[in-house]
Amino acid sequence: MVQSLRKMPLYVIGLVLLVFTGYPFVYMISTSLKDQSTFFERPFAIFTSIEWGNYADVFQMGLTRYFINSILVSVAAVVAVMLIAALASYPLSRMNFRFNRGLFLLFISGMMLPIHATLIPIFKLSQNMGLYDSLLALLGPYIAFSLPISIFILTQFMQEIPKSLEEAAKIDGCSHFGIFWRIILPMLTPALMTVFIYNFIHLWNEFIFALVLVSSPENMTLPLGLQDFYGEFSVNVPGLMAALTLASLPMLVVYLFSQEKVVKGLTGGAVKG
Amino acid sequence: METVEVTRRSETAKVVRQAKKRNMRKVVTISLFTAPALIVYLVYVVYPILSTLSYSFYSWDGTSDKTFIGFENYVQLFHDAIFWTSLTNNAWVVITSVFVQIPLGMIMALMLFAPIRGIRLFSSVYFLPFLMSTVAIGLLWVYMFDPINGIINQLINFLGFENVAWLSDENTALIAILLVVVWQFSPFYMILFKAAMVGIGEELYESAEIDGANSWQKFFHITFPLLMPTIVSSSILAIVGSLKAFDIFYIMTGGGPNHATELMGTYMFKQAFINFNMGYASAIAFIMFLIALVVTILIQVIDFNRKKKGAF
Repeated sequence: MVQSLRKMPLYVIGLVLLVFTGYPFVYMISTSLKDQSTFFERPFAIFTSIEWGNYADVFQMGLTRYFINSILVSVAAVVAVMLIAALASYPLSRMNFRFNRGLFLLFISGMMLPIHATLIPIFKLSQNMGLYDSLLALLGPYIAFSLPISIFILTQFMQEIPKSLEEAAKIDGCSHFGIFWRIILPMLTPALMTVFIYNFIHLWNEFIFALVLVSSPENMTLPLGLQDFYGEFSVNVPGLMAALTLASLPMLVVYLFSQEKVVKGLTGGAVKG
Repeated sequence: METVEVTRRSETAKVVRQAKKRNMRKVVTISLFTAPALIVYLVYVVYPILSTLSYSFYSWDGTSDKTFIGFENYVQLFHDAIFWTSLTNNAWVVITSVFVQIPLGMIMALMLFAPIRGIRLFSSVYFLPFLMSTVAIGLLWVYMFDPINGIINQLINFLGFENVAWLSDENTALIAILLVVVWQFSPFYMILFKAAMVGIGEELYESAEIDGANSWQKFFHITFPLLMPTIVSSSILAIVGSLKAFDIFYIMTGGGPNHATELMGTYMFKQAFINFNMGYASAIAFIMFLIALVVTILIQVIDFNRKKKGAF
């Protein structure tokens, strides 16, 4: 009894934090299942009525298109980043040359860079290349801005692979590319997984480049599409909540099934081990 | 004698030639490996920054011809009250991140080790906000802060207080958004602290317990000092991240009401893509770049000196 009384403050803090972090999700999902009148009349009610109509509305408004666009551009960019960053990380972490340190710093300094400092030129560039208002316009900046963290994670990981492995391969007459492709790359899998999760989630949620480089609804990614919905749905709160729930669902499901990988991926490199 | 000399010389030449050849091959290899990354990076990062710098010396609407005006944009910027407001607001984001998010993240991480039931469920939920996209978070909270139907005002009404206009009131808008920023990012710091706490050896606490230390003493004399490196690295992430803040402010208020929540990012965006003052916007953008650069260099220098002194 005394023992459990002493734990009371812990339970209180724990519950307060639980409500603070969790309630907005409960609110979002429960509101998405209400019809308009229930929303106005019973704002605090949780899961008393289950109304799927809002979800049907959202699909009719074209949310599917935004999903497909987001998946296409995020996957394409992340796969490209994994390959390009792994290639660049190989000499940066395993070869001695004159500009090694400088090149490495040039790449990773991109992590602190405010995107705004590149926005107008990239906007003009996409117009000049005829890519403005297409998913392709997003690909270049998405790859470029994912490179710094990816190179950072991959070089750190590659430095720890023992040199003896590739020296043996070199004696057997393996070229640098052969060493990279057959020895280093297969060993990189856990680091590449981190790179994939980190960048995929960030690109899935990316907003500002999409806002500047895409204008027509059929080319919008999910975050931009949601913002567009906001204009149309501003009076239909449950409808918008349904859209928000659907947009958040993929990440939540992935998180439920592989918590540790997602957490490690999202904190990419900041948490060691 | 002479022939030996000649052969030796030709052999040295051969060795030099081979070394040169090997060196050439090394240069080619390195170039091939780094070229794809370097090209993308030069086109989409380095070249745009230099262009932004050059645009900032022009008066330009983005389509017609540019007019060179020297430092005019920067002079105007330093007399622009809205710019100073946005700079101050950016500073508030930095301050909240360091002094609210990081301590809260630490408390959340400590809770994960608390000996209470259901803590595994708690920890899963605590992390959720960080998974949601910023746009979705912004829209969700816009409705929660709604002056009439928002759940927060409903609760305030229910408790018998007056409605607050939150996002449409100049006095509360910034606080409301900062609360959302705290909600979104505290879980991130929680994870960083959790990882650091796992690394602290159990035996330290055990021997402290033998010496009769209570929980507070254990925290202030063992946990806190050992978390110092994490506090420093979290602060760096928080500062650099806060200078880049944009999405949540753009979604929730667009910088309003009456610039009360304007950030350098939102102001730059408006000048560039709504008012088409591309030159002026470039000047703001370049100032943002300079601030980030100076802050990064400062942090590096401070960190370097700290390490030299042997601290952590």
